[in-house]
Amino acid sequence: MKYLDEYRDAPTARKYAKAIARETTRPWTIMEVCGGQTHAIVRFGIDTLLPPQISLLHGPGCPVCVTPLEVLDQAVAIASRPGVIFCSFGDMLRVPGSESDLFQVKSNGGDVRIVYSPMDALRIARENPGKEVVFLAVGFETTAPANAMAVHRAKEEGIANFSVLVSHVLVPPAMEAILGSHQNRVQGFLAAGHVCTIMGYTEYEPLARKYHVPIVVTGFEPLDILQGVYLCVRQLEEGRAEVENQYSRSVRREGNRPAQELLTRVFTVVPRKWRGIGEIPASGLGLAPPYAAFDAARRFRVDDRHAEENPDCISGLVLQGIKKPQECPAFGTKCTPLHPLGATMVSSEGACAAYYKYRRHASMGSAPPGATAGGASS
Amino acid sequence: MIDEFALQCPMPLTDNPTIQMGHGGGGRMTRDLVEKVFLPVFGNDLLAPLHDGAILPRPGGRLAFTTDSFVVRPLFFRGGDVGTLAVNGTVNDLAMCGARPLYLSAGFLLEEGLPIKDLWRVVRSMGAAAAAAGVRIVTGDTKVVDRGHGDGIFINTAGVGVIETSLTVGPMSVRPGDSIVLNGDIGRHGIAVMAEREGLQFESEISSDCAPLFGPVQSLLEGGIEVHCLRDLTRGGLTAALVEICESARLPMRVEEEAVGVRDEVRGACEILGLEPFSVANEGRFVAFVPARQAEAARQLLGPEASVIGSVEPPGTSPPMVEVRTALGTTRLLDLPSGEQLPRIC
Repeated sequence: MKYLDEYRDAPTARKYAKAIARETTRPWTIMEVCGGQTHAIVRFGIDTLLPPQISLLHGPGCPVCVTPLEVLDQAVAIASRPGVIFCSFGDMLRVPGSESDLFQVKSNGGDVRIVYSPMDALRIARENPGKEVVFLAVGFETTAPANAMAVHRAKEEGIANFSVLVSHVLVPPAMEAILGSHQNRVQGFLAAGHVCTIMGYTEYEPLARKYHVPIVVTGFEPLDILQGVYLCVRQLEEGRAEVENQYSRSVRREGNRPAQELLTRVFTVVPRKWRGIGEIPASGLGLAPPYAAFDAARRFRVDDRHAEENPDCISGLVLQGIKKPQECPAFGTKCTPLHPLGATMVSSEGACAAYYKYRRHASMGSAPPGATAGGASS
Repeated sequence: MIDEFALQCPMPLTDNPTIQMGHGGGGRMTRDLVEKVFLPVFGNDLLAPLHDGAILPRPGGRLAFTTDSFVVRPLFFRGGDVGTLAVNGTVNDLAMCGARPLYLSAGFLLEEGLPIKDLWRVVRSMGAAAAAAGVRIVTGDTKVVDRGHGDGIFINTAGVGVIETSLTVGPMSVRPGDSIVLNGDIGRHGIAVMAEREGLQFESEISSDCAPLFGPVQSLLEGGIEVHCLRDLTRGGLTAALVEICESARLPMRVEEEAVGVRDEVRGACEILGLEPFSVANEGRFVAFVPARQAEAARQLLGPEASVIGSVEPPGTSPPMVEVRTALGTTRLLDLPSGEQLPRIC
């Protein structure tokens, strides 16, 4: 298929894998920031093509995974109200809050709808003037502009029955939190290509200098990721720490200016709690004062919730690249995609879910037949 | 799918343009519906007495018996509708037992307010699908539920088929060394329905692959293929079919990703929606487990779109799971999705 097969070509992949092996003289630890990259790495087995000295850590860039429990509880509370149509991207519906999830709300009679764009939610609001229509606005800089556009339109058109429950997060502050931690193992980053399509990559330049860490803006196809790793390893081996752009077919240094202007107009930078990690200063987007009337948390008075994570879940450590999914005692036993303890097991982009889905045989080894069949489906 | 404006078969004149509660009441309105909508399409000598049950001749051979219920939104989509699914779904379940489908029952749950023309269109699709599959609809039932308590039309069909082969076709017959043959490209039905439901538009239209499968199964059996197991790919797609057989047979399996046909438009839609083509629904695809020495013959019997996609491995070489070898030469597991596949955020 055009524009896809070119980036999944096996001979080229092997060529890149060889080139990476040639460049590598020492162990290096590289983190891919985005959950989409994690998914591709595990799905295509890209890490198994790399020399053993290269270790890939999976970063915090899964929007489903880092949305805090409190926001999920708020979503459940709002969606349960009569007269509310609650709209969300599909993969948020199964994420468990403290006590319930949106699927549960739906089966209890709540009007919960999967939409593909916040503009669909706005259309639903236009068509249902007697209902309150709420959109769950989560995600990184990638999804934020469309959400900003929906709020901006709602204000311009005076659609008063539309609001958004906002839990947007920003990538660079999370990377800085990881780099600043005394437990940090990350020596190089593959930055999230689609986030940079919107924001450009000037924000990463001070990070690369301050922490002396190479940052390669990277795409999502197997060859993108291999090329990203190659560029990152070459910098590490040569002792350079620069921002490089592997994903130049989509990313420009300055990013998408109109999208950024819209973000600045509608949102303001706020401190944000990251699920499993905790609060990171200036790491999120909330509605700017002129748009505060569209804040669903305020409108429905649910902004005072506090929730506790399951103590057995180590997703915070996984999201920061400190531990790998199989290092968790609950992985594949107490915690599975059907009964997730934490969000990294829920989303298909979550590292734990990706390992469970594509890799759990690796941790099980070659057991005799029958011995592992129960474990496979438990 | 039948063109609702087809001239040769106009919509019958019932007393009401929509389904009313009385159509399920068992009185004159029910009779009117049966005589004007169902009988003209399904009519055959076994159904004609309209008795409490159909009295069937005894076929020579073991019987296969199955049932399935059909719920789809929207009712009509490119390449089929709930009626074609209701016939082909049950016909295909019989075919997967190695049985020649003979008779179907059809139970309708209709929602009050359903336009009779929609029912007429579905019934005609069922008639056409039954004729194409060589089955007869010999008994049926109609109930009506209050408006808001159904989704237009729900259909249950049960089917009886006769097994004319001496083979035992099922997961228990899968053997190490078997080859896995797939009869065509995957994912078209699921994407066609989703496109219709969500109002998604693609450059080229994707039609459901909905089709009866006894024909190809029969060609394998008559071609002397020692068929060990058959499974049609339905809701959970190729993933569910293989994982279920793998778990029943307790044997590891290997699948070559590149051998599995996925049309460009389906791949493109899956990329956009964040779906896995292996787990997208089909209604006219199946896998056959056959001895490796007959794999090529089986592939040829199933036509130019069929391919040998993998094999069953000896026990003990790896855990009893389905491993996929990707185009890059790496491997990953196939796993059942927890529930329905959900489109990703970004």
